[in-house]
Amino acid sequence: MEITIKYFGQIAEETNTTEETIRIENGNISNILTLLLKKYDGLKYKDFQVAQNQEIVSPETEITGAEIALLPPFSGG
Amino acid sequence: MTNRYNKHIILPEIGQEGQNKLSNAKVLVVGAGGLGCPILQYLAAAGVGTLGIIDFDVVEISNLQRQVLFGQTTLGENKALAAKKRLQDLNSELKINAYPEALTHQNALNLFMQYDIIVDGSDNFKTRYLVNDACIITNKPLVFGAIYKFEGQVSVFNYQNGPTYRCLFPNPPQKNAIPNCAEIGVLGVLPGIIGSMQANEVIKIITGIGAVLSGKLLCFNSLTNQTSILKIKKNEAIINAVKTKASKFQFNKSMQHNCEVVKTASFKHIIGKKNIQIIDVREIHEQPKIDGFNVISIPLSAIQNHLNLFKNNLENYLFCQSGIRSKKAVKILNDAGITNCFSIEESAQEIKNSTIMELKKT
Repeated sequence: MEITIKYFGQIAEETNTTEETIRIENGNISNILTLLLKKYDGLKYKDFQVAQNQEIVSPETEITGAEIALLPPFSGG
Repeated sequence: MTNRYNKHIILPEIGQEGQNKLSNAKVLVVGAGGLGCPILQYLAAAGVGTLGIIDFDVVEISNLQRQVLFGQTTLGENKALAAKKRLQDLNSELKINAYPEALTHQNALNLFMQYDIIVDGSDNFKTRYLVNDACIITNKPLVFGAIYKFEGQVSVFNYQNGPTYRCLFPNPPQKNAIPNCAEIGVLGVLPGIIGSMQANEVIKIITGIGAVLSGKLLCFNSLTNQTSILKIKKNEAIINAVKTKASKFQFNKSMQHNCEVVKTASFKHIIGKKNIQIIDVREIHEQPKIDGFNVISIPLSAIQNHLNLFKNNLENYLFCQSGIRSKKAVKILNDAGITNCFSIEESAQEIKNSTIMELKKT
């Protein structure tokens, strides 16, 4: 299936884009992360959470959505 | 009706009742920086009756690009005190408590317990997790905001049993993994937008109108104007773990109040300033001697006998070998009703070094 991945903050700097579409077979969120970590080596040094269809989920969650977001913490003020 | 809050009161959603709620509310803002300035400005203008400001830092010229409560005349002043001065001019009806010190595990709980809502405008993870955990332990709602370059995040944590910051990001990232604004830069208007959103959530909580951003994280990108709202689930285990580690915090340490704390200033900000006098409070024999500009020598032990030397329209800047005695001296002067006194943060040696640098320039 086709999934839109959104990147925020420092993650978007690592991927050099704020949004892209990937194709993936059924599975869970960790399958998407494995794929992205292969594509973007620097991601493994980054802290982030994953949202699926605007809801924060754990890596074990089954892929059900059309949109995934990678969200790093910000500290600035 | 002519009233400072008329534009609020004529809104049916707020009315006099809502305005009274604002006037009775007590809000603590942690950090008077990029986020803290707009938060404080709008809360003071809105008539939030009691505002607390905690910040240990001093105003620097590079802050003025985004920290809109300060100006060139407040350079070198503590941010909590400088913010209080500006806000009291904006609205003298408010009770404003300035705490010119760092938030720590020692002072957080006692301070938080004196307020209804805590607003996080800090700029580092250590403080953010400290604020979050102290809000869990004292059961206070936390209005969160954070920024990175052109992007911001806003949420309300620990509100009516809702999720906390740790439910979203359980632990701080590895040290130095993520730089702060001072190191990487930030669009000046961004904290203005995010801080205003935080002030908006505070006002909604107090007046009970609208939908509070609880259980949700709002992500804003100023370059694309894209706004995403992501749902966050509560993690009871993480919250309980914070509660069981509450002993990391200390209760009952009394907070120093603005009037009891001495004002400090950085020497680099007073070079070339007019209408000031610089006082060396070390004993006469101590080295190094400072020359290159006028220094009055009044040892700490003799201050009480020379109070008249400070009773003038000049600002008094005091220094000593390390900054401890100069603080004591300022305290003595403050107690004697002489308030235009500052303790210079630098040591005598540092002052000597920067004087030599200045002389080389000329």
